[in-house]
Amino acid sequence: MSRLVRWFIGAVLIVAAAIAIIYLPLPSMMRWQSNFLARSFLWLIFAAILCLWRVLRGPSAPDRAVAIDMLGILIVGFCAILSLPTGRDWYMDIGIAWALQSFIGIMALAKHLEGKGFDE
Amino acid sequence: MNEAIGKVLMIIGLAFDFFGCLGLIRFPDVYNRIQASAKCVTLGTCGILFGLFLFKGFSPTGIKALLCLLFIIVTAPVSAHALARGAYLSGVKPCKETIADAYGEDKMKGG
Repeated sequence: MSRLVRWFIGAVLIVAAAIAIIYLPLPSMMRWQSNFLARSFLWLIFAAILCLWRVLRGPSAPDRAVAIDMLGILIVGFCAILSLPTGRDWYMDIGIAWALQSFIGIMALAKHLEGKGFDE
Repeated sequence: MNEAIGKVLMIIGLAFDFFGCLGLIRFPDVYNRIQASAKCVTLGTCGILFGLFLFKGFSPTGIKALLCLLFIIVTAPVSAHALARGAYLSGVKPCKETIADAYGEDKMKGG
């Protein structure tokens, strides 16, 4: 019973957040030239919050490692969206560097979980 | 025209990102979470990057977006496989509903 109630509360929260991001007026900090890009940026932040929830609640270390991996790929999407309304090209440089660093870090984490050294 | 196609690709990518992260929350097991979220988030971010390339054309930012897309397509499955292997070897059991565990049987036979 309590499992069903928790499922229902989670579903209502997620649907309410999605509707709020799509339909509510934007805060004054997010008034960019294009409403579409601001809303898609908020949507990516929502997905990242779901990832952070898994980082917080993960029962084992590999759960947290998987969530961190997905967060690293999402941040590349952040950089891609931010480079459009600001008109600054170096956001894509940050994205490429972040993808590289995230890959190296996750490989190191996987080796550490496997119980071996980094130069196996 | 290009911008309209780019917007559609971005919307598809954002939907895939969201459903990947939802799978990361909802599935019962590390391996299920890996197979749900790695594919979805990779495809979603690649959709966003290709939409950015359609917005910008063959400018430096567009070429950088294409390079980043190629890099993510190559590296994200590699890191997901490495994480699944590391999770198995670190002793995380699959959930109760699992019916096939070929890697574990191979390890039992080998050692």
